[in-house]
Amino acid sequence: MADVAIKAEGLGKRYRIGALREAYHTLRDAIVRAVKAPGRLLSRLGRGGERDTIWALKDVSFEVGRGEVVGVIGRNGAGKSTLLKILSRITKPTEGRAEIRGRVGSLLEVGTGFHPELTGRENIFLNGSILGMRRREIRSKFDEIVAFAEIEKFIDTPVKRYSSGMSVRLAFAVAAHLDPEILLVDEVLAVGDAAFQKKCLGKMGDVAKEGRTVLFVSHNMGAVQRLCSRVQLIDQGHLILDAATHTAVNKYMSLMESHASEGDLSELPREKVEYGRELRLTRVVVVDKEGRARTSLALGAELRVLVEFECLKNVAGASIIVGIDTAQGDAVTTVASEEAGTLCDCRAGDRVKSIVHFSGLILNTGRFVVRAGARRGGSGAVKSALDLVRQAFFFEISASRDEGSTHLESLGGVVRCLPQWHLSEHGAVADPSGSTGTD
Amino acid sequence: MTQDSSSPAALAAADPPLTVVRPSRGWAPLEIGELWAYRELLGFLAWRDVKVRYKQTVLGAAWAILQPFAAMVVFTIFFHRMAGIAPDGNVPYPLWSYAGLLPWTLFAQALTRSSQSLVAQSNLVTKVYFPRLVMPLAATVSALVDFAVASLVYGGMLVYYKVTPGVELAYLPLLLLLALATATGVGLWLSAINVKYRDVRYTIPFLIQIWLFVSPVVYPASRVPEAYRVYYGLNPMAGVIDGFRWCLLGVGEGPGEMFWASVGVSAFVLISGAYYFRRTEDFFADIV
Repeated sequence: MADVAIKAEGLGKRYRIGALREAYHTLRDAIVRAVKAPGRLLSRLGRGGERDTIWALKDVSFEVGRGEVVGVIGRNGAGKSTLLKILSRITKPTEGRAEIRGRVGSLLEVGTGFHPELTGRENIFLNGSILGMRRREIRSKFDEIVAFAEIEKFIDTPVKRYSSGMSVRLAFAVAAHLDPEILLVDEVLAVGDAAFQKKCLGKMGDVAKEGRTVLFVSHNMGAVQRLCSRVQLIDQGHLILDAATHTAVNKYMSLMESHASEGDLSELPREKVEYGRELRLTRVVVVDKEGRARTSLALGAELRVLVEFECLKNVAGASIIVGIDTAQGDAVTTVASEEAGTLCDCRAGDRVKSIVHFSGLILNTGRFVVRAGARRGGSGAVKSALDLVRQAFFFEISASRDEGSTHLESLGGVVRCLPQWHLSEHGAVADPSGSTGTD
Repeated sequence: MTQDSSSPAALAAADPPLTVVRPSRGWAPLEIGELWAYRELLGFLAWRDVKVRYKQTVLGAAWAILQPFAAMVVFTIFFHRMAGIAPDGNVPYPLWSYAGLLPWTLFAQALTRSSQSLVAQSNLVTKVYFPRLVMPLAATVSALVDFAVASLVYGGMLVYYKVTPGVELAYLPLLLLLALATATGVGLWLSAINVKYRDVRYTIPFLIQIWLFVSPVVYPASRVPEAYRVYYGLNPMAGVIDGFRWCLLGVGEGPGEMFWASVGVSAFVLISGAYYFRRTEDFFADIV
């Protein structure tokens, strides 16, 4: 019995959708509602309250033994943070029960309670106390914390003068020295620059090795695979898999792809009536080398877009157009199949599948959207549009390592390229290509 | 729910503390023990409030003095000299006025700060666990610090007017406790209500203004007709302020019907406020 650190039984959390939209009320609203109540009450008797609520978590049960490091993964909105909040006692479950044996430290955010007017030193004590450390404890670890954050010189300056990198390092340094038996961590590793992230990961690894029980929510598959022996996969509020790391991560990947393979445009209403009449795009997704739909690609991986369409009437000389825009709406590039000499002739009823491989285009990390369309190509002056969907498919380029990606960092900008660098010692500029001037 | 966050040494040896997470069950126990375990955090939050306030202002600590002092000056000119209101004892009006303004300012400040404490620090409510009672209490403690500073000025005024307090001064700690209980009680009610109904924030300035005149700050309680005085005492600040004046200056009749009515209301508001707060605390993180 003493070996079980966390035991969860049937945990569930329900939120009212109305509550999400309008979290607080004014007394005026309450009075107005009370006045309207007689009528409202009658009409509400007929309807259930069910459709106004969502279950952020449902029927989650598991046991975590002392010393285990368990990863918790899942899509955004799956319920991972809710689970952590419930175990941290920040919010109460709607149903179910959990038993936790040991002192709990929760890291749901770094720098909670930091105040810009206070100095680094003062904030260390404040933040440490908020996280649950005793003053004695903070004092004994003070030097370690400062050293970890690498801000010795600025410890007595108000935090408002710190660079964002410094404040983040300080916040993490305090959090990293939390000493509870059970640690609940929510995606806080995505802070700071690469070097610091490495240090944080290292520290987390140490914490894990010291025999603490850790529940670690993350999107960073690399970190999860490195630190955790066991991983729980949560999707839409349910714990769908609790297994060895490798198994769970693979299942997560395939889950992501199956969600991505929606991209179905056939039912989507078009912005102009004439679009999609003769030729209709049915599916637009980003795919990888094997043709599997992906919503996320690693930085440097090749970008391929699959466009499927059907012809409702005989169409001659159709050109497929694919554009990539940033999620903010700026166009990155647009290509048309006619530029490569590829035009499509199809008859009514034909279904065509085309893949455009954006070789040479390296998008930087970020969120993007595929814009797709078709028009009549050819030499005529009038190139009428056959179909157009402006936001056909969303995807992101992420910095995480993947097979098949070159090692790149996102240094800034919408696109990346791999230029050639020529360096020489002082004196003449050596140009290995032998030509003069620039291309 | 029991979590014992006492010394690490104790934990290493003994059975690990057990925490049970359960759905909300309506009325919850006050858990004073847990509150005591988090007393350092309470201290840090109050210290932060005070430090930040004093760092940001030009006058710093002087603000704590300026408020009651300026009020005293204005009241003396307009209510005493001009309108002719006199204190209920043989003491100078300014001194008498200030003696009432001390607990009043404590109350008004504590109320203003604690009512906003949860909403203004919503990130603490949604990201960290600690007994939420700590937040309005820390706000009250920070108001207490200002009170302490303002009291120094009072000491100076006593010297200036050559008035010596009587034996009643011995009751000061009890009266201070009463003032704190009142401020805390109302603060707990308002801070909890504010999370759900954000009107509270806008009601506070108005509420304090009205409360000021309903309390014997500007005029002595003895002006209230005898028959009504016990109802007047239903305003807990009536007993507090009157009591403070009696304690510091020896004026007034000492604890009577009105005073005990105030004590009763104060205790009721405090206890009910604490239970109401604990009952609604379970939902703070979801709606703040």
